[in-house]
Formats: sequence, structure tokens, C-alpha cells
Amino acid sequence: MSTIQRSDVPHEVVDPAFAETPKIANTPASRFTSAAANYIDERTSISAVVKEFGRKIFPDHWSFMLGEVALYSFIVILLTGTFLTFFFQASMAEVTYDGTYLPLKGIDMSAAMNSTLHISFDIRGGLLMRQVHHWAALLFVASIGLHMLRIFFTGAFRKPRELNWVIGFVLFILAMAEGFTGYSLPDDLLSGNGLRIIDGLVKGLPVIGTWTSYLLFGGEFPGTEIVGRLYTLHILLLPAILVAALGVHLLLLVINKHTQFAGPGKTNDNVVGVPIMPVFAAKAGGFFFIVFGVIVLMASFFTINPIWEYGPYDPSPISAGTQPDWYIGFADGALRLVPSNWGFMIGPWTFSLNIVAPVVVLGLFIVVVLIYPFVEGWVTGDKREHHIADRPRNAPTRTAIGAAGVTFYAVLWAAASSDLIATHFGLSIEGVIRSLQILLIVGPIIAYQAAKRVSLALQKKDREIALHGYESGRIVRLPGGEYIEVHEQLSDYERWRLLSFEDYKPLMLRPDAKGRISAGQRTRALLSNWFFEDRIAPVSATELEQSHGDHGAVEAGEGHAVESGH
Amino acid sequence: MAHDASSGKDTAATSSGLDVGSVGTAIEPSTVGHAEADGGLAVITTDTFTNPGLPPTRMRATDLDPKKARNAQRAVYTLFYLSIAGSIFALAAYMAFPISDDLNSIRLNTVFLGLGITLALMGIGLGAVHWAKTLMSDEEGEDIRHPVRSNDATRTAAVQIFDEANKESGFGRRTLIRNSLIGALVAFPLPAVILFRGLAPEYNNPAALLETTMWKTGTRLTLDPSGLPVKASDVTIGSAFHIIPEGLNDVPDRLEQKAKAAVLLMRVNVADLTISPGRETWNYDGIVAYSKICTHVGCPVALFEQQTHHLLCPCHQSTFDVNNECAVIFGPAKRPLPQLPITVDGEGYLIAQSDFTQPVGPSFWERS
Ligand code: HEM
Ligand code: FES
Repeated sequence: MSTIQRSDVPHEVVDPAFAETPKIANTPASRFTSAAANYIDERTSISAVVKEFGRKIFPDHWSFMLGEVALYSFIVILLTGTFLTFFFQASMAEVTYDGTYLPLKGIDMSAAMNSTLHISFDIRGGLLMRQVHHWAALLFVASIGLHMLRIFFTGAFRKPRELNWVIGFVLFILAMAEGFTGYSLPDDLLSGNGLRIIDGLVKGLPVIGTWTSYLLFGGEFPGTEIVGRLYTLHILLLPAILVAALGVHLLLLVINKHTQFAGPGKTNDNVVGVPIMPVFAAKAGGFFFIVFGVIVLMASFFTINPIWEYGPYDPSPISAGTQPDWYIGFADGALRLVPSNWGFMIGPWTFSLNIVAPVVVLGLFIVVVLIYPFVEGWVTGDKREHHIADRPRNAPTRTAIGAAGVTFYAVLWAAASSDLIATHFGLSIEGVIRSLQILLIVGPIIAYQAAKRVSLALQKKDREIALHGYESGRIVRLPGGEYIEVHEQLSDYERWRLLSFEDYKPLMLRPDAKGRISAGQRTRALLSNWFFEDRIAPVSATELEQSHGDHGAVEAGEGHAVESGH
Repeated sequence: MAHDASSGKDTAATSSGLDVGSVGTAIEPSTVGHAEADGGLAVITTDTFTNPGLPPTRMRATDLDPKKARNAQRAVYTLFYLSIAGSIFALAAYMAFPISDDLNSIRLNTVFLGLGITLALMGIGLGAVHWAKTLMSDEEGEDIRHPVRSNDATRTAAVQIFDEANKESGFGRRTLIRNSLIGALVAFPLPAVILFRGLAPEYNNPAALLETTMWKTGTRLTLDPSGLPVKASDVTIGSAFHIIPEGLNDVPDRLEQKAKAAVLLMRVNVADLTISPGRETWNYDGIVAYSKICTHVGCPVALFEQQTHHLLCPCHQSTFDVNNECAVIFGPAKRPLPQLPITVDGEGYLIAQSDFTQPVGPSFWERS
């Protein structure tokens, strides 16, 4: 160990490599680690980052893992997708298949299809990687969807997280776009038919349709360009946008910190949970490997997208009962549910209402989902930050709206399998479609009512339990001879979990300074009435005291603080 | 990043080992954007409970019993060793299961390689999670939130910077410069838009391309995909054939042409056909030819139901009635399938009388 004296260094330094290193075990390994850490810190001030984030707290709840699953499956997609790019040829040049898979030998197909077959049948592990990529894609979209539902039903989109809701939703759309472009790449019969549907859909758009399709396909359908173009989108443009949006999404997560559910010790001003280092890192890192492992396991045993069974794309053949990937189902279902003969002429032009109607309906659905946080924020007029996630029952109208939306989506999705439903259950296809058409309108209404009622009932039950305890199952015989069931009181911890939630009431219309009531205020009053007319107020401290006062009797009273609009 | 430097408090310094007692304060108006912000329609009440604070940390079996802790440790490193075994297994499987033209070899390669990799991944994953759950401290920590909004001083400073920049540049004052710049910025992407015209060949009108197909007067109807011509006498009542125009297999744009020219040929009882004026000669003795491209969004209408004489599109179940000039009887399609006028040539082969008399396939704006 040499001692170097340097005048410009304010403190004594023995060996630069060991400066500022706390003395821990002096094994070669730890000496190496601390030297490396020192080396990096002197060039990056990484210690500041570690100090800032190393013990950052993450709350724990199973539903918080849905976003993680999405993130991890995306990483799996990136890894396997990159592997596939080394072999895949995004060209529609016609070649004659001469690979290992005998049934297709001698058949003309595009280079894209040929190379996908090559990946599947000539490269060891190639099929596995293709299947990992595809299964990960399915899981990716599914987990984003569920993650979104978690955010919605717990109100985690409220201030200050409205913008992150929008970004998250954009990620969902991008994921579907990635899925569709990827699905189209192998240029097999199924994906070609999917593209044919897109072509027809685009052509049906008023004014711009014909030209858009012409430019998209580089001439007449199918042309020789589309796979190459989709490839650029699939591996360059969309992933770049996705990664950027994902970065902002996570950055905002860090800035806003995670929401947490109400619970003892948890307030709107804190986050309670485990620190990143070491527990969260270990759990989350481990969870990544588990998600990865499960995807590989599925890919090892379950074939997905066996393009060799479909054959190359040809505009003429098709097989009945074929299905798009699940996340495209809702759009396909929307196309199916249009009644016959929708469309008319405007002068010399054809207006394809059978195309425009589903496009507009889906567009509206997307817009409503996108702006929902702003609508709810406007109705409540609540400008405070919210970091405690709602239990769905404590926001009955929101929960009901969500249930209606999910039902709407589910009916569209089921419609994409109308033919399978019909053949499987021996029904007529007309009957199935008619029922789904009705269900598309009636279903969300029923779901709305049901979810709202269930939410209110659960709230009442919580109230009951908080005020009068729960039935312990213990039967006691009173001196008078009668039997009663002993009610057990909640602990403070449990009660807090049940009772700490936000309560809102409808807007009372008041004229402004000029004695007028604006149309905006009127709308807001109407909406707020719709949102909050049925409300069950949280138990107050006084109420609880009173109920404890008369608690000699074990009677359960009706929820007397229930206000109802009906 | 998460908290502005000037907010005064330093979250990172918040310890993770939370002092349980300190949280048990009554719910006071939250400081995080609650104190100053408007709660709107929220019912603000003071008649609430006291937050009981964090419950005491429960001891786990591994905290209390050193033997259990040792077992947990053994489980964790065993899982990590299993992972190594999995990786080695995968390497071995790669070599032990090469693929040949036997389809089974591909299955074995996929399964064993996949199992090895799964084990390698799951070993790490389960090991790490088990380690975290049993052996790492499970004490909960607390971070304090700060309003996301920057504090007033920072905001004023930011506004000042913009003000100064505005003053120094004269951006707000020199409106001519500003407006012309905005104009230039709006205009400069336009060339980029026009460049995309090059996505498809020039000097073509897509609507015109969609009006015509390969069928011409005298083109023979041939079988898809073999290209063999069909004699009228081969078409028995109740039968259906997938048809392409003669020579389609030899044109360079085979798929584009096929996507418009594919036809379904069926023979039904002439008496069953409802024929509109002008189409009387379009069938040949009950043999009718209709475009196979669905008028909905273009899937091949591939299913012919012999009993009902219905054509069914498998994509969205549009159903067309062959007896009634392929009118839509169900499903989202709007227009009937266009009919190809046919007859026979001197040798008895079926031929087209002309091209279709209207565009085939999905409807588009310019089609009349
Ligand atoms: C969220 C992102 C992505 C999704 C949802 C997705 C989805 C898909 C799907 C469903 C396929 C069809 C696979 C098949 O069954 O044949 C596919 C193919 C493909 N993907 Fe992706 N992908 C994504 C990102 C990427 C990225 C980032 C890359 C490259 C870096 C990539 C490279 C490829 C390649 C080369 C193919 C064609 C090979 C084949 O079909 O086997 N993908 N993708
Ligand atoms: S394409 Fe035929 S019904 Fe939609």
C-alpha cells in the first residue's frame, strides 16, 4: 500500500481506491466491490441515486403485481423478439418452400412465411423462442388490461395520477398494435385474412378509405410491401414509442409514489411498505424470473400459432372457426354485431355504415375510458391529492360504471366467437348474434345495477360490522333461558381498514354572483347526483360510541345513517 | 426527482424501521395537497376515528426459530443450485435433441430445452422470493409524501425564468417574428407528409383499379388452384367449385388478381332462381358464378350450404342467398355478391361473358 500525498485533496487519503470506504470485512471480494463502487461513484455520483432510491418504500398488495407482470412480460418479449429478428426475413418475395416440414415442400410462399417455418423447424430452440414471444405477447396485453382494471376500480387514477392513466392507456393501445403487427408478420393464411379484414375496414372509411388502403399496402391488396412495413412498425417505431411511454409511466410512478390501501398506520401522507433494497428488489427481481419461467413453461408444452397448419396466405381459401389473438376479439366482435344492410349512398358516394358504426362505437368507448379520470374529477370537484386506493365498494357508482364497461367489452369479445358458440351449443348463428346484439345494450345496464347494489350492500355490511361487531359463532345461554349469538367487536386495526374512506355528496346548485346558474354547473349537479345520490356515510366516532353505549343488548339495528335517493 | 430539492424535507433519510407509536395520530387534514386544496363535493367531517398506527410486526417462524431459519436458508440455496442444474440441463438438451425432419424431434427439442430453461428461471425466481419472505427483514418502513406540486418559491423562480427569457428574446413583444416563426414551424412538416405519397405506385387511381378484375369476355373458368378448365357438363346440381380465371397462376401479380377475381361456381335448379331483368342470360342452365370476395370486408365466402343454397362467410357470418342473386339475408354485409355472367364456349367449357359489372369485394367510398 503506497501512500500518496496530494495537496488538492481536502482530507487525508491513504489509497484512492479505498477512500471513504467504510471498514467492513476485508476479504478480497469485498475489497473488490468497494473499489469498484468507489470507481463508479467518483465518475457518476451514483451514491446519491442509491441514497435517494435505495430505501424507497413500496407498498405490498397482490393487485399491485399486475403492472409488474406487464413489465416483465415486455422484457421477455424484447429478448425473444430480438432473437427472432436474427432469422426472420420481412419480405414478400415469392419463394418455393424447401425446408424440413414435408407437407409444405414445393409450395410457393413469401420469404416471410418461409423464414418463420425455418425458425420453427430448422433452428434448435427456434420454435420455443417463437412460442415464448407469442405467449409473452398474450400475457403482456392481458396483464396490462387487468392492471388497468385495478387502477380503475380502486380510483388510483385520481389526482395526481390522471396523466399516468392516459399514458398507461396509450401503452395498452400500443400493446395491441404491437400484437397485431407481429401477428401479421409470418404471412400465413390466418394473418393474411386478418390483414384482409383490415384492408376491407380501411376501404370502408368515408372519403379517405380507398386511398389509405392503397398507400398502406403499396398498391392493391395484398401487394408485396405490407409485411416489410409492418415489420418496421413492429420492431422499430412501436417499440421505441412503447419504451419511451413506459419510461415516462414509471418516472411518474416514482414522482407520485405508489398508492396504498387504507389500513392502520397508512395515511394520505405516507407510504408504508418494504424498502427497495433489499426486500422489494429481491421479491420483484425474483418475480421477474418466475413470470419468465411460467411463460417458457407454457411455450414448451403448448403450441401457439402453428402457421404450418394454416399454410401460406392465399386470398381464396379460409377455414371456418378461426380466431384472431384474444385482444383483437372485441374489434372483430363489433364488426359482427352490425345488423344487415347498414349503409347508404350520398350522391355518387358509398357510405358504409356497417364499417363506420363499429369504428365510431369503439372510438367512443376508447375516448370515454381515456377521459374518465377528468370527468370524475370535474364532477367531484375534488382538487386534493389522493394516495389511498379506494375499495371498489366505497365508490359504488364508479364501480358500477366499470362493471358496465367490462360487460360491454365482454359482449363484444364473446361476439368474436359467435360461430364457435353456435356450433358448440348447437344454436343457430342468427340466434346467437341477435342475443348478443340485445345483450350489448342490456348487459351493461344490468351489470351497472347489480354492481351498484352489491357495492351498497357490502358497504352496509361493513357499517353493521363496525357498529355491532361480527357474529362470532359462539352461542351463549342467557340466565333467562334464551340463546344468543355473541357478537365480537372489531379491533381498532380492523375497524380502521373498514371505515376510513372518502365520502361525497351531490352538488347543491347555488346561483353565482350574478344570480345565474350556468349550464356547466347544471350538468355537474346532474352528474354528481347520479354519482352520489345513493350513499352510505362512513360510521362516525360519535355513532360508534353510541352503539357501544346501548350494546348490552346484542341487537343489530338497521343502518340508520343510510341516506338514499330512492 | 421525486421531491424537489427545495421542499426542505429529505425523504431518503426516512428510516425504514418505523417507530410504531409515532403514526397513531388523529386523522388531521392531510398535508399532501389537502390542506390548501379544495375537496369539492367531499364531505369533510371531524367526527372520525383515530388512525391506530401500524400494527406491531409479527414475528415469523424463521425469526424465532434458528432451525427454521437454517431450513429456509437451505431451501434458498438449493433452489439456486437447481437453477444452475436447469441451465446445464438446457445446454445438454440442446445437444441431445437435435432436430430432423421427424416432427417428433422438434417437439422433444422444444420440450426439453424449454424445461431446462424453465428450471433455470424458476430456481432463481422462487429462491429469491423465498429468501425475501423468510430471511430478509420484513419490517415495514414508511416514506413521507410531499405534495407533487412544486413549492411556491420554485414555481415563482420558474415563472421568472420564462419572463426573463421572454424579455431577453422579445418573443412576446416582437409579434411579427413570433407569428412568422409559428407559421414556419407549422409549414415545415408538410413536405414530410407529401413524401408518403410514394408509399404506393404513382399515376394510378386506386378506385379505378378496384373497378376491374382479370375476367374478360371469353376467359375460361378454371379450378382453384390447379387451373384446369371446367366443362358445364361436369357441374352437377348441388355441387360447388372454387374458380379462378384462366392464366391466373402465371401472372406476376397473382395474389392481387386472385384477391379480386376468385369466384364460386354452383349449379342449382333453374326454376329455383329468382332472376332480375337483364340477368336472364347470366347463368348457364342453372350454373351461376358469384364473386367469392365478401362485400363486407373481403374474406373469401367459402361455405356453400347445399340444402338452403346459402353462402356463408366464415369471418363475420354474412349469409347470401344464391337463389336470390346472392342478396344478403343475414350478417353485417350490405351488398349482394356480384354475379359473373357466364356461358360456354364451342368445346363446352365455361367462360365469362364479360368482367363483373360492378366492383367486387368490400364497399369503398368512390364505388357507385
Ligand atoms: C409489446 C411488444 C410486442 C408484441 C405484443 C409482439 C407480438 C408478436 C406476435 C404476436 C408475433 C407473431 C409470432 C408468431 O406466432 O409467429 C410477433 C412476431 C415477431 N416479433 Fe414481436 N411483439 C412485440 C415486440 C417485438 C420486438 C420489440 C421485437 C424485436 C426486437 C419483435 C420481433 C418479432 C419478430 C422478428 C417477429 C416475427 C417472427 C415470427 O413470426 O416468428 N417483437 N410479435
Ligand atoms: S368479411 Fe364476410 S362477413 Fe365480414
